[in-house]
Amino acid sequence: MENKIINRQKETRADTLQRLMAFGALIIIFVGFSLASPYFFTFNNVVGILIATAVNGLLAVGVTFVIISGGIDLSVGTVMTLSAVMSGVFITIWNLPIPLGVLAGVLTGGMAGFVNGILISKFKLPPFIATLGMLNIARGLSLVISELHPIYFDIEKGFNNITMGSILGSIIPGFDIPNGVLIMFGSAIIAGLILSKMNLGRYCFAIGSNEEAARLSGVNIVFWKTAIYTIGGLFVGIAGVVMAARLNSAQPALGLGYELDAIAAAVIGGTSLSGGEGTMVGTIIGAFIISTLTNGLRIMSVPQEWQIVVTGIIIISAVYLDILRRGKQR
Amino acid sequence: MDNVLLCMEEIEKSFPGVDALKKCRFELKAGEVHALVGENGAGKSTLMKIFAGIYLKDGGRILYKDEEVNIPNPHTAQKMGISMVHQELNLMPHLTAAQNIFIGREPFRGFKFILDENALNEKAQKIFDMMHLKLDPRAKVATLSVAKQQMVEIAKALSFDSDVLIFDEPSAALTDVEIAELFRIIRHLKKEGVGIIYITHRLEELKEISDRITVLRDGLYVDTVQTKKATIDQIIKMMVGRVIYESTPEIPKNPSQEVVLAVNNLTRGNELKNVSFKLMKGEILGFAGLVGAGRTEVARAIFGADPFNTGEIVVNGKKVNIKKPSDAVSHDIGYLSEDRKRYGLCLGLDVETNIVLAMIDKLTGFLGWVNTSKIRSIAKNIVDKLSIRTPSLNQKTKNLSGGNQQKLVVGKWLAKDTNILIFDEPTRGIDVGAKSEIYSLLNDLAKQGKSIVMISSELPEILRMSHRVVVMCEGRVTGELKNDQATQESIMRLATQRNGGNLANIKRNGETINGK
Repeated sequence: MENKIINRQKETRADTLQRLMAFGALIIIFVGFSLASPYFFTFNNVVGILIATAVNGLLAVGVTFVIISGGIDLSVGTVMTLSAVMSGVFITIWNLPIPLGVLAGVLTGGMAGFVNGILISKFKLPPFIATLGMLNIARGLSLVISELHPIYFDIEKGFNNITMGSILGSIIPGFDIPNGVLIMFGSAIIAGLILSKMNLGRYCFAIGSNEEAARLSGVNIVFWKTAIYTIGGLFVGIAGVVMAARLNSAQPALGLGYELDAIAAAVIGGTSLSGGEGTMVGTIIGAFIISTLTNGLRIMSVPQEWQIVVTGIIIISAVYLDILRRGKQR
Repeated sequence: MDNVLLCMEEIEKSFPGVDALKKCRFELKAGEVHALVGENGAGKSTLMKIFAGIYLKDGGRILYKDEEVNIPNPHTAQKMGISMVHQELNLMPHLTAAQNIFIGREPFRGFKFILDENALNEKAQKIFDMMHLKLDPRAKVATLSVAKQQMVEIAKALSFDSDVLIFDEPSAALTDVEIAELFRIIRHLKKEGVGIIYITHRLEELKEISDRITVLRDGLYVDTVQTKKATIDQIIKMMVGRVIYESTPEIPKNPSQEVVLAVNNLTRGNELKNVSFKLMKGEILGFAGLVGAGRTEVARAIFGADPFNTGEIVVNGKKVNIKKPSDAVSHDIGYLSEDRKRYGLCLGLDVETNIVLAMIDKLTGFLGWVNTSKIRSIAKNIVDKLSIRTPSLNQKTKNLSGGNQQKLVVGKWLAKDTNILIFDEPTRGIDVGAKSEIYSLLNDLAKQGKSIVMISSELPEILRMSHRVVVMCEGRVTGELKNDQATQESIMRLATQRNGGNLANIKRNGETINGK
């Protein structure tokens, strides 16, 4: 009995360690850059990092649901753009109120996720193929709907404030954290709660861990998989709105490549590409690691092309470290 | 000592959350069949996996052929002349039997990169011939029955010409005929001086095949005895450290005449032919037959896991339309699959999640909010009730032993509390202690009015548990026996009633109720 208790402690310690690893890496990167450059650890720069993380963080949150369930979503980048374009159409072209435009953007993401989910669960398409198709459909539709031109929002209407305004700043003067950052954290917390406290989250893990076992336990796979992709899509839609508000425009040509950063964030944060494992906290930390690195390297005047190389190395190292840790269990 | 091949001493091994082995020892002589027995989680497989290089030992020494050795990986073990037939099948389903056997050791036609398929198939055929096994080396493994796949595994182990062969519960998936063949092979190898380690849960096999028996309990070495001098009862006592009552349960003559599940003329291609039967309230209905007779297929079709062409399923007098497993569950049917790792468990998830997997909907409130504390209490209740050995409810399922995993799958359906339960090989790979626990559990469930279909390949189990026995052969129901009519012989006769069998033969006293 005593043995068992000791072992349990050992195990929880290992679990906590795992969770702290990504966070520790983030701290080390932060401290490292702070020591290397005086311009890094300033309020403005940290806010810059936060706002730069917002979009990728939201996309990563969306894709984390899908990856934990054992799937993949390659369409998050271009669906985000389509969401932004739809918001633009509602607000600028049809002159509808901003909340309606926001809703349209978010629901566009949800719709795309829903279609992905139906294709994958009902029609049994491999997730890679279904979402690769959706990537192109969304990309094409963005260009068609916007007629190849960016849609600019009226400055007076204040759409821009959704991301760049600061409710916090108006409460605590001087503490001007942009709303976009709050939206990301808020979404991540909601996503984390869905994952850990709601049936959808449980089924996410169960399907990702052993889909057949879940099916034979009476879990309605078609329904829940569709739900998982739809939920992921809703967060992608939020990312689209945040993106559009940040740029105060919907740029139809943007979006390609964002999906890879989002997947990278999830993976760096400990989400397993083979499904069944992952946390939202990890994903957000992963997103921060990527944007902190990009920001820090830029401040150190490392050319942009090299920043990309470093991101690649970080992804590989993060996953390798994870494998090393697991290897010890043999 | 005379020709001692292997001597393991003070072996230690722990996994996250479990001390699997504590100072374990084991000795093997050349030309000996040494059985290794113990309850689930006693450490048998772990000990042997250390010897086969699959796990690394944390402490202790291994003396092999009079030298202290280190076995860092399975490849080294094979080179040293050690092969293991695993409990789980480790075959590649898309490759042929021969390709599987010689994977990594393929013969070449030339240049070291052009494969010689003919030589490969010939070599495999030679091994099959030696085993008296009728099997095409070119057959894809995915098309073979589980028993045949197991024989391919054994052929693979034989192909190494090893000095030591480890069998980890080889008989679990085999029929009696194949087991007899396996024993013949083992005796043959023994004559050639091969040392054989035989892990089993079927204690009746011990007397037949082994020379010595080593017993482990809870990761500890208990004793090694000469098979001739020991009785099965003594062995069981050593295994469990307590006395198990193998009493026959009192089976009520007529549980009830209320039909809760009726299956009429279920048919699918060649696999299922007009399968009909009825299940009464509070009844345990045994499903007997040889491996591959179609019992699992019936269960999966009823549960909606596989489709069927024609036929109907009637639950509580109402014809139901079951298209997928979730439909079956909503009609109060639960199914415990025969292959827990593939179909029963989410191995990467923890104990409590697996227990409540089938019933999360019931624990879900507003907007899909899950009642975590209720999950805990239900999981805890099940763990206590089935005495599942786990350090905590958050232990990952893959770290539990086979028997405890099996209990977990049973626990999942207990938690779900469906009225009709289909148990497919509920005691496969489970030790005596856990078995009798599951038996009394099934009896309790039946007494509470649950209706149970129990598929089993172990006849003593069928005879001991069932109110009635349905026997299948080649996709057909070949007969139905009441408890007092059922004997090993009567069941085997029905189970081997190949095509064209005459149903009239089995009608005794005009009592046999055969579903047409």
